[in-house]
Amino acid sequence: MKIDSIVNGIVLDHIAAGNSLRIYKFLNLDDLECSVAVIRNCRSKKYGRKDVIKIDSIIDMNLDVLGYIDPNITVNIIRDGKIAEKKHLELPERLVNVIKCHNPRCITSIEQEVDHIFKLTDRENIIYRCAYCETKSDKEEIW
Amino acid sequence: MKHLMDINDLTLSQIDQLIATANDIIADKDKYKDVCKGKKLATLFFEPSTRTRLSFEAAMIELGGSILGFSEAQSSSAAKGESVTDTVQTVGCYADIIAMRHPKEGAPLAASKRTTVPIINAGDGGHSHPTQTLADILTIHREKGRLSNMTVGVCGDLKFGRTVHSLINALSRYEGNEYICISPKELVIPDYVKANILEKNKIEYIETTDMEEYMPSLDILYMTRVQRERFFNEADYVRLKDSYILTPDKLKSAKPDLSIMHPLPRVNEISVKVDDDPRACYFKQVVNGKYMRMALILMLLGIEVK
Ligand SMILES: [Zn+2]
Repeated sequence: MKIDSIVNGIVLDHIAAGNSLRIYKFLNLDDLECSVAVIRNCRSKKYGRKDVIKIDSIIDMNLDVLGYIDPNITVNIIRDGKIAEKKHLELPERLVNVIKCHNPRCITSIEQEVDHIFKLTDRENIIYRCAYCETKSDKEEIW
Repeated sequence: MKHLMDINDLTLSQIDQLIATANDIIADKDKYKDVCKGKKLATLFFEPSTRTRLSFEAAMIELGGSILGFSEAQSSSAAKGESVTDTVQTVGCYADIIAMRHPKEGAPLAASKRTTVPIINAGDGGHSHPTQTLADILTIHREKGRLSNMTVGVCGDLKFGRTVHSLINALSRYEGNEYICISPKELVIPDYVKANILEKNKIEYIETTDMEEYMPSLDILYMTRVQRERFFNEADYVRLKDSYILTPDKLKSAKPDLSIMHPLPRVNEISVKVDDDPRACYFKQVVNGKYMRMALILMLLGIEVK
């Protein structure tokens, strides 16, 4: 794949420098048949340094997760070599089965089939709390 | 509102409505004696709490309804390893409304996602116990005629005492309330309560270890128990425990219209000599708790009584 010439695919742009491998892992890009390019530390007018991920296929993607990891990412959907759609992410209000609650007193610790739900309770300081026990999430930790 | 998980699920006008209904029930019990005829309340207590369970059951019986349920996990299918959500979904096929207590935080919320029957959180671990707070609110309203502009002393275990956190949370939605937080240094109010409730709403509060110093300014004194197991060593417990026991002597400087409250059960933190003081309200809280549960059952079942 020539990195610059995706015909139909997705480009994740403006990833904070250093975050691309985490996103690569989290979106399970390893499992894809198509080619995927991770470009690290390239120059950006807006952010100084950034990472970019190019995926040579239009796949389903959990944008909530992406928004949670890095709300500054831009998702470009490429069709016929052109940007068909540009999505700007934001912090999702709710995360379902993205973060795990680690409170041993929480119902999620004993009931297997209960979804782990976190709600954004403080947008300014990016604080998510478990919907069941209100325990604060650990930003670094993703399921 | 379909379920009640937390006191903040209720809007202020819903709280007003519950208070009005409870007061109406107290004024005319006869009018309500058959309004829940044919309806069933299930009390699902995965952890024993006789006091709360009986209050719910008495509430439903006084509304003319019937009750079913279990009082501890051992006597339910949970003992055979059934999940909480499955148990509740099953019971939802028989009952019209469920009051549920569980040692795990958020268990009633998880269960509410699996049933169409209204669920009332009757206590989920150290997390929430909204009907206790409703009992406290009705008591304050009946004693004081208002829920605003009061100096509220909270005393004892302010670190782990969820009833105190919940009461502060509920009263912080009304204007002009301020708090005197009286506790040993080991058991002060947690940072998240200060940050998310008190400081966020710019509410005045004072932290002190001395009960007597602020006694004359209090409109309400909400006592809680200082538990032995909260202390690292026995010596600290022995040294501190008496400072947080309310006696007639300590009440000498208090206002004549102070309301002395306690979520019960008490151990020794309020001397029995205080019980005859007309300012003692803790047994009224028990009675009021039943009336608020009656009002809540009616609200969740959508029953209006003319
Ligand atoms: Zn939790």
